[in-house]
Amino acid sequence: MRRAPLSLRLRLVLQLLGIAAVLAIVLYFTVRTVADQAAEATQDGVLGAATLAIAESLQGGEDGVGVDLPYEAFSILGSISADRVFYRIEAGGQTLTGYEDLPLPEAAGAAVAPVFYSRAYRDTEVRIAAVNRMVLVARKPVPVLVLVAQTRQGQEAIAQRVAQRAAALGLGSFALAAVLSLLTAGNVLRPINRLADAVGRRGPHDLRSVDQPTPAELRPLIFALNGFIARLRGALSRTETFIAEAAHHIRTPLATVRARAEIAMRQSNSEETRETLRAVIRAVEESSRSAGQLLDHATVVYRSDRMADEALDLAKLVEAQAEAFRPTADLKDLTIRVTGTDQPVTVRGDRPLIEAALRNLLDNAIKYSPDETTVDLSLATGTEARIEVSDRGRGLSGQAQARLAKRFARGKNAGDIIGSGLGLTIVEEVAAAHGGRFELTERDGGGACARLFLPLG
Amino acid sequence: MRAIVLALGLILHACLAAGFPVEEEMLFPAPETERRELSILSTTDTGVLRPLIAAFQVREPDVAVRYTVASSQAVYAAIHDEGLSFDLVISSAMDLQMKLANDGFSAPHDSTATDRLPAWAHWQDRLYAFAQENVVLIASRSGLGGLPLPQTRRDLIELLRGHPDRFRGRIGTYDPELSGAGYLFATQDARQSDSFWRLAEVMGGLAPRLYTSSNEMITDLKQGRLVLAYNVLGSYAEPRLAGDDDAVVIELEDHTLTLLRTGLIPVTARAPDLGGQFLDFLLAPEGQRLLRDEAGLPRIDEAALSRGPHLRPMRLEPGLLVFLDGLKRRGFLDEWAAALSQD
Ligand SMILES: Nc1ncnc2c1ncn2[C@@H]1O[C@H](COP(=O)(O)OP(=O)(O)OP(=O)(O)O)[C@@H](O)[C@H]1O
Ligand SMILES: [Mg+2]
Repeated sequence: MRRAPLSLRLRLVLQLLGIAAVLAIVLYFTVRTVADQAAEATQDGVLGAATLAIAESLQGGEDGVGVDLPYEAFSILGSISADRVFYRIEAGGQTLTGYEDLPLPEAAGAAVAPVFYSRAYRDTEVRIAAVNRMVLVARKPVPVLVLVAQTRQGQEAIAQRVAQRAAALGLGSFALAAVLSLLTAGNVLRPINRLADAVGRRGPHDLRSVDQPTPAELRPLIFALNGFIARLRGALSRTETFIAEAAHHIRTPLATVRARAEIAMRQSNSEETRETLRAVIRAVEESSRSAGQLLDHATVVYRSDRMADEALDLAKLVEAQAEAFRPTADLKDLTIRVTGTDQPVTVRGDRPLIEAALRNLLDNAIKYSPDETTVDLSLATGTEARIEVSDRGRGLSGQAQARLAKRFARGKNAGDIIGSGLGLTIVEEVAAAHGGRFELTERDGGGACARLFLPLG
Repeated sequence: MRAIVLALGLILHACLAAGFPVEEEMLFPAPETERRELSILSTTDTGVLRPLIAAFQVREPDVAVRYTVASSQAVYAAIHDEGLSFDLVISSAMDLQMKLANDGFSAPHDSTATDRLPAWAHWQDRLYAFAQENVVLIASRSGLGGLPLPQTRRDLIELLRGHPDRFRGRIGTYDPELSGAGYLFATQDARQSDSFWRLAEVMGGLAPRLYTSSNEMITDLKQGRLVLAYNVLGSYAEPRLAGDDDAVVIELEDHTLTLLRTGLIPVTARAPDLGGQFLDFLLAPEGQRLLRDEAGLPRIDEAALSRGPHLRPMRLEPGLLVFLDGLKRRGFLDEWAAALSQD
């Protein structure tokens, strides 16, 4: 199985955080090193000055090296930090005064400037400055080594403080970078999200090209997407046109076949031949009905993509459809009773679509009703407009609306009544295209009741 | 307050088993069942700290206190050279205490009481000052016979120069050779100004009497053997001369040294926590009040220093180590001897 690639946002944030972490660590170590060096340089400076001050106080003479330890040299060592101080003065290989075990420098060259080194001494670690001087004793030069040492607690305390500050600085800058990277990621990805949103919000049949303003980087994607949409739209509309044309091309010859078959039936004497011709006529009627419904359905599908959005008075539409079906109803001595159309009920939508829905509902009610019954057609409004078509026909025999409304699905109660199974499909699609809904239920006291709800305009 | 603690006094003139010269050793038994013993080695007389020990034992009734008094040199040597075990070392010899701390003989100690101390009153977390005492000149009015009281060293030098016969054999000061405190005062004086050496020379011509303790100088002044005593601990002089109309305590205006009496907990302590507890008690408000009122030791007070511009507090810093250097000490004492043996 292929792993889903990391989200762009996560990828961006992680990378930015990685960079921020590296920078924070570099910052921490830089600050520490620089501060450590500075602290050591400060201590060395003071130690060196103290050592030199003692070296200056060395005196030669007839009977040995003299030294007058300068108070200030030691005093100044205490001024930068309360650190322990050790010293040792060695003349001609013998310790003259001070701490005899203070470690000597590795190479005791004749140094004008002091040499510095760090050593473990007693229970602690010390920084030592050493300077070498020649002193004349009885007119002979004697090398004298002056060592001054200081513990490093003060320096460590500074280093500690600096380390804490540096750590705080590093953490702070990391936190800041984290926040900024989150913002950045959000910012960078916003156009993509907006685009995804805009495309995602579209209805299932919205095939307009995307004209969202997008940054240059996304333009190839938009371009490709629009190209794809255009091809899809082309393919769809070709299909719809083809169906419409096909239906039309089928219906015309079928009409001819039906006319011929009827003439032939009238002229024929053989009952057998008439029976055959009757079956032919029925098949032709069925085909013709299918072609008509296919055409209607294609129209509905095609129009719902680019629906007109006009104000329609349902009262008028309902009246008009009732009127149109009166002749058909008269053939079966059916009464169509229209109620609720005395006031205009306005919805916004596409007139041919709503007409197609009404047509199919009335067609069903009339088709599935026995002779000499009444079909009730009522219009009502509340929070939405409701068109109700109820008959006293055979009812639904317990079949679910969901099944009956499937494409090409016909009920087992349909019997020998001609139909294609597309009527309810068309009604549901019209309802959905207008943001309304459709219900088909049994009617109390027998028959079926179909309700189409449409939002008020 | 609680009844006076019955103290078992043991004055030992001989040396202890460890072999260092003890001036006095006293055991303050625990008021209740004894569970712990606090041993203090100190240069401060038992009498001075007795009220504080008593107050401490009221708080900690299961603690017995063994209080040993020795000279500052002996105190230093007991810790530095002999490694004896005490829980708290109290000394007025700042330089020797500083050297103990510097050389790593002092254990770290931190508490809320030590946190309150100003920066100049402690060194790291190893050495803490609990009293500040001025080093003063004391004079006898009758001995001066109407001469003006000197206010500066210059006054003093002129006074001595102008009336050699009156002062001959009747001025006293510490013997820096024998007394640690005397050596500390003399070296710090010498650091502060050159007038010290001129004063030494003038005194040298007047057959000065040299002492090893402030108390002896005060006694001799009170008894008329001395007219002037230079470099006396004010904390001893003030209470003893308080009722004496004849004696005056003078803080010289050119400079007056301020000594810090310090305590440290040696690394060899058997009960370092008890030592720390007693040290904290000395530093806490109650202890400081008792020190001033009962022991007559001025408390640590930054304001007192800023009120007295002539006061020169000796700082707890490595500079104190300089005069402890063998060569340096020899040089200083030679110079002192030379100055004193004028004429
Ligand atoms: N008013 C009604 N009374 C009883 N059954 C109905 C009614 N309306 C629909 N039906 C049932 O629902 C089925 C589906 O109806 P639909 O209108 O989709 O198809 P049809 O009427 O069979 O064919 P056509 O596409 O020609 O309308 C019908 O076959 C029928 O069984
Ligand atoms: Mg139908």
